[in-house]
Amino acid sequence: MKAAVIVFPGSNCDRDVAVALEASMGAKPLMVWHRDTELPDLDLIVVPGGFSYGDYLRCGAMAAHSPIMREVKRQADKGTRVLGICNGFQILTETGLLPGVLMRNKNLKFICKDVHLRVESNTTDFCRGYAAGGLVRFPIAHAEGNYFADPETFKAMEAQGQIAFRYCNHRGEVTEAANPNGSLANVAGIYNAKHNVLGLMPHPERLAEALLGGSDGKMMFDSLVEALR
Amino acid sequence: MTQITPELLASHGIKADEYKKILEILGREPNHTELGIFSVMWSEHCSYKSSKKWLKTLPTKAPWVICGPGENAGVIDIGDGQAIIFKMESHNHPSFIEPYQGAATGVGGILRDVFTMGARPIANLNALRFGDPSHPKTRHLVAGVVAGIGGYGNCVGVPTVGGETNFHASYNGNILVNAMTVGLADKDKIFYSAAAGIGNPVVYFGSKTGRDGIHGATMASAEFDEKSDEKRPTVQVGDPFTEKLLIEACLELMATDAIVAIQDMGAAGLTSSSFEMASKGGLGIEMDLDLVPMREDGMTPYEIMLSESQERMLMVLKPGREAQAKAIMDKWELDFAVVGVLTDTGRMVLKRHGAVVADLPIDPLALASPEYDRPWTAPVKQPVIAVEDVKAVCPAEALKTLLSCPDLASKRWIYEQYDHMVMGDTVQRPGGDAAVVRIHGTNKAVAITTDVTPRYVLADPYEGGRQAVAEAYRNLSAVGALPMAVTDNLNFGNPEKPEIMGQIVESIRGMGQACRELDFPVVSGNVSLYNETQGAAILPTPAIGGVGLLEDVAKSASLSFKESGSSIVLIGETKGWLGASLYLREICGREEGAPPPVALHRERRAGELVRQLISDGQVQACHDVSDGGLLVAVAEMAMASDGHIGASLDAPSTLPLHAWCFGEDQGRYVLEVRDDDLAAVLEEALGHDAAVRVIGKTGGHVISVGGRAVRVDELVEVNEAWLPGFMGAELSGH
Repeated sequence: MKAAVIVFPGSNCDRDVAVALEASMGAKPLMVWHRDTELPDLDLIVVPGGFSYGDYLRCGAMAAHSPIMREVKRQADKGTRVLGICNGFQILTETGLLPGVLMRNKNLKFICKDVHLRVESNTTDFCRGYAAGGLVRFPIAHAEGNYFADPETFKAMEAQGQIAFRYCNHRGEVTEAANPNGSLANVAGIYNAKHNVLGLMPHPERLAEALLGGSDGKMMFDSLVEALR
Repeated sequence: MTQITPELLASHGIKADEYKKILEILGREPNHTELGIFSVMWSEHCSYKSSKKWLKTLPTKAPWVICGPGENAGVIDIGDGQAIIFKMESHNHPSFIEPYQGAATGVGGILRDVFTMGARPIANLNALRFGDPSHPKTRHLVAGVVAGIGGYGNCVGVPTVGGETNFHASYNGNILVNAMTVGLADKDKIFYSAAAGIGNPVVYFGSKTGRDGIHGATMASAEFDEKSDEKRPTVQVGDPFTEKLLIEACLELMATDAIVAIQDMGAAGLTSSSFEMASKGGLGIEMDLDLVPMREDGMTPYEIMLSESQERMLMVLKPGREAQAKAIMDKWELDFAVVGVLTDTGRMVLKRHGAVVADLPIDPLALASPEYDRPWTAPVKQPVIAVEDVKAVCPAEALKTLLSCPDLASKRWIYEQYDHMVMGDTVQRPGGDAAVVRIHGTNKAVAITTDVTPRYVLADPYEGGRQAVAEAYRNLSAVGALPMAVTDNLNFGNPEKPEIMGQIVESIRGMGQACRELDFPVVSGNVSLYNETQGAAILPTPAIGGVGLLEDVAKSASLSFKESGSSIVLIGETKGWLGASLYLREICGREEGAPPPVALHRERRAGELVRQLISDGQVQACHDVSDGGLLVAVAEMAMASDGHIGASLDAPSTLPLHAWCFGEDQGRYVLEVRDDDLAAVLEEALGHDAAVRVIGKTGGHVISVGGRAVRVDELVEVNEAWLPGFMGAELSGH
């Protein structure tokens, strides 16, 4: 698998996801500076977490207009897998690669903690290794992860199996109490209609090693390597 | 030319005798700019004039110390060609006036102190003290400080992995915000601040200079009065995004060999950075202030030199390397300007619009700044409180009360607002005895803690100083780490009062003794004095930031009980010391008595034993005994466990039950040991000549002692409820 991680000024999970990718791929991903305008042929593009451009205008809004994103869009349209994590998810919604928006958390605060997620579908390259309806534990670390889409769009997304993960409790039940940020229908991650672009607020790369407290996230990278080798 | 009036001197915090000295040094009257420069360089904050004499008595050397106090941060050798660089620094005064920006820029400042020496910051911690929860300002200050620390640290992408938060009425008018940063560098790539090379360019880079934070250092060197709110313009404004760019740009530039010397612009901005660099190198600087990147029009030399705008650096480059350095700054979209040149004059010559606006000798303002031997009085010893004079209550009820008191209540509401996992090396998250952060790409790790028990220091500054160091040593040992070195952040009231100066002198003496006996040298630090409002001082708070090393991160212990049916083993002696304890304060409403004494030789032996047992894999869980005593320690181990594993304890009949449960005798650890390992653990303890006793078993879901019991679930509930309840937030579920 050939993978690249896009680095914006203010990205801060670029190294973390590169480490997780390397552990699964056995090779280092390409690190691409935001001012670059071209990418080689790739199997996977990761838009990492962080605070691109300080998130000063609106999360992801500035990064969405940086030169490299035109090329990411072009590759995504061609079918290349694109994974946006946290700020990366926000950037992908700002570029229009994913539907909906991410608003301020309901409690108006930054939240960093482990959450449980229900895997809504295991038929994509990202989630093949997980059981459908399975329970995983990933950390979240964001202040703007409150997902929203208008009812019509959301209905279509659900019908097309575009919901990737939902926040749930440790028993796998999707409840209001298990929703950390006020997201619509407990949505934690979504696909585009073609299922080659995934955006999610939780950080699979942060629990991809038992020493750090869990390895549920590793399966996502293993699944991608398995599918795209 | 500005007329130098007594009012002008007073507003600059310059005393009459100090002004006399200025006249002697210059042989003439200073102009306004020069007076401003003297005022910040001779401020308590920059000059350490009241504390220097005593700080010099602290032990600062060990074979593993690469650089002790005097540089931007301390440096220790962790082997394999790598070094850890760390320091703790206060941002107390600004955080009280404007909590969000005050705390945020405190984090920014300490980060710069560390990366300016060539380290990538890998962990942040903070030690916070707020006023009484019932004080009308407390909630607002907690909310602002926590948001500020998170807002800055989360954005720069450095995990905030630990710290401590206490509440006490003495901090009502002077909160403490002490921020610590730990960084990782290659041992042969450490950067210092001494300027060298006459003719070399002096380069400014980072953010532009504005009018914010002018006279911050002077403000931080005075007491607060009823008009302190008017000092808001002296608080700086932070930009963590620029800081992130600055970190990456600095590290990229440091990978070349273009830099001769480098220093961040902290308190007193361009003034302190330029004077200190020149002073350390024994050189002079000629600077053209027209070349300083400015955010606003019409800035005067006074404003340019005294601005505390954030995210700025000063460096000396090798000749001819300007273009290489500028290209890197351009990539990261940072300002870059050659603003001056090194000279052999030993003088600072500043120009603005072609005219000389200041011409000062460097040394008298920096390394040779004033040093005072202020009068001090020895603190009055508090009586030892007899156990019989402390009322006994049901231990289960007392435990619930203690675990829900502000000082012991869970701080989850705080640390969940901090990104404590970014960088992917946080092995032990907040909530344990010490944070454990892996050295990236290796199996080694650093353990980090911040500690001090201010009520002990108030009762007996000498014992309290010893205890603060011993507790840091204990917290590092409790996770299995070898304690290496400390940074200190000394927060006190007005040193011009002999009783406050007595607290400073005696607590430094205590700290020094403990550091010497525990081989735990001080490598960096910061002093914050004048923490008083309308004449009332804070509790003396010499915070200790301790750093330890784990050679194998897999051989580390955490405090949560792991299984049912293990033995609970207590290391260290229990005499039931209730003086100055939390039990006495929270249950009996009494803040009095001598604090528990620390026996350093026993402290050292117990630490060695515990580290040995952890390294041998004979310990399932380990927790030091501190605030609240033994029963609180056991309850914390139960509350942290998966499934809330309980404990049944057998109290000895030789001691009143409440003294055994809640006494704060020092030098103790609670271990969870499997039955298979018990004999070996007891034998090892005897070999180390440490007091050891099996005090009970893990299992069930209650904590029981002396015929009373309380469910662990119930303890978790009250422990988690207080802070969110106080802050008006919802309980964050798990």
